[in-house]
Amino acid sequence: MSKTFSGQDTWAETLYQTLRSMDVTLFTYVPDAGHGATINRAIEDTQVTTVPLATEEEGVSLLAGAHLGGVRGVLLMQSSGVGNCINMLSLTNIGRFPLISIVSMRGDYGEQNPWQFPMGQGTQPCLEAMGTICSRVDNADDVAAATQAAVNMAYRSDQSVALLLSQKLIGAKPF
Amino acid sequence: MAITELKTKQSNMFSLDRCTAVPSIIGDPSEFLIIAGLSGTAKDIGQLTDESPNAFLLGGAMGAAVTMALGLALSQPDRKVLAVFGDGECLMNSSSLSTVGFVQPNNLSLLCVDNGTYGETGNQLTHTANCADLEIIANGSGIEKTMTVTSEADYGTASNLLHDQTAPTFVLLSVHQGDPPDYRRNFDAVERKTIFRRHLLS
Repeated sequence: MSKTFSGQDTWAETLYQTLRSMDVTLFTYVPDAGHGATINRAIEDTQVTTVPLATEEEGVSLLAGAHLGGVRGVLLMQSSGVGNCINMLSLTNIGRFPLISIVSMRGDYGEQNPWQFPMGQGTQPCLEAMGTICSRVDNADDVAAATQAAVNMAYRSDQSVALLLSQKLIGAKPF
Repeated sequence: MAITELKTKQSNMFSLDRCTAVPSIIGDPSEFLIIAGLSGTAKDIGQLTDESPNAFLLGGAMGAAVTMALGLALSQPDRKVLAVFGDGECLMNSSSLSTVGFVQPNNLSLLCVDNGTYGETGNQLTHTANCADLEIIANGSGIEKTMTVTSEADYGTASNLLHDQTAPTFVLLSVHQGDPPDYRRNFDAVERKTIFRRHLLS
């Protein structure tokens, strides 16, 4: 099975170019098929730093440290990884650190693995409970504007923002 | 092992006083950008630096110190970054050590103040008092330059390791259960963030 979904190259390139045009140079991630094209794009780009994480919460604190040092970054993760971040978002919240989480959704539209539903459906309520503003993206046409909005909210207004890339956008993994 | 035996073992292994050992090993704190973990290590660093602008003290988010320091090190490649944190925090997010091992930042040093207990919650024993050796875990996570400090004779070597500029380093400082400095730190993270950034970036 392909590690990326059909059509991903187009919207992922839009996502990537929008982030790069707004001075995002640090890409932290836990490997994920939904983010495959974006992660590969970052790894190939010699102008940015990529950090693979062992668990998603590492990205939350890593990006807070990068902000202390003046660098903009993003956390790329699957919705199941959001659950691993909850207490670490205390740091983001209490310090008003900017944070952009880009979440590829599972347990969502068309999901075929029932185990993905608890965290998938819990993703947005959990993030919102910890003070993260969520923006759901269903259509490729909305990716550029939603990404631009997220970067501005995070790095101009010191907010924690999550883009939830729905399975309408990225497709449902076949089982 | 029975809990009484564990406590005996713990008192034999952990003999140094953190209030003198931490300052001796760090030396001049102004040479570093410092991230301190919550609880005891925040007080260690607060007392040592008087919360100077180059120090950010965590007050929660247990497990954040190592990766927060990694992010700072990546964003400030010309500065030496030091993370100081306890054994409980390190055990909670020990995968962070392998992320440091993967990245291999040559400007990041890690100092783990290991008293074998959760000091903030009543000195319950951590796994380092029984079975876990965090130096071996760090070494096995890809951080090649590591050492454990169990006596004052090790301070010089440990200090040199923290100032190493060629690779990430990890120093495990074995201390007794004695209290950290009685320091009342600033818990306003927004203020501390702003001071840190203003001092470093403007």
